[in-house]
Amino acid sequence: MKITVLAFGIAKDIFGGPSVSLELANDSTVYNLQYMLEQKYPRLEQLKSYMLAVNNEYALPGDTIHERDEIAVIPPVSGG
Amino acid sequence: MTSQIQILSTPLNIQSATDWVISPESGGIDVFIGTVRNATKGKTVLRLEFEAYEPMAISEMEKIVKEAAEKWPVQKVLIHHRVGVLEVGEVPVIIAVSAAHRAAAFDACRYIIDTLKQTVPIWKKEIFEDGEVWVAAHP
Repeated sequence: MKITVLAFGIAKDIFGGPSVSLELANDSTVYNLQYMLEQKYPRLEQLKSYMLAVNNEYALPGDTIHERDEIAVIPPVSGG
Repeated sequence: MTSQIQILSTPLNIQSATDWVISPESGGIDVFIGTVRNATKGKTVLRLEFEAYEPMAISEMEKIVKEAAEKWPVQKVLIHHRVGVLEVGEVPVIIAVSAAHRAAAFDACRYIIDTLKQTVPIWKKEIFEDGEVWVAAHP
């Protein structure tokens, strides 16, 4: 399945744009996607931490990703 | 409890934010106003740029307000957060809380700003004379 990953803050600099499209096996988990992203964008691993959000909620590594989910990389937040 | 949560790209209005939380049942309001500081670790900051993942930021702020209302008897809660380019002295965030008695307003206001800084997907970039840095991104 084809998915789009949104990027914010420093993740946008790492991706070189506000989103990337990836081909992901069906029934992939957040962990699988994280692994794939880190292979493609090693600078993600240099961050203090980062999370993935699925449909506007922080996701856990074991959560399954479905086609048409809204997925985003959330680098360390710094609002306020 | 009623709340107003907004992400805005225009200057925040402290007076109207404060007015919104006042009610006849309130005995006090507590307001936190964040401002853009001119330096970080001794280095001059020229301006800040804020960016938000808006739908998730709104939903995370709603969660925080709900948690605060479960912990303290607050009456009205307002969170306004700004995005875009902000100059030194401008206001990126206002949290205003009203309650019948001051302790709840103080405690809830502090909880809301402290938690917002930890969980709400908003990012700031500091612009220096010789470069720029996404705050907190690296260890």
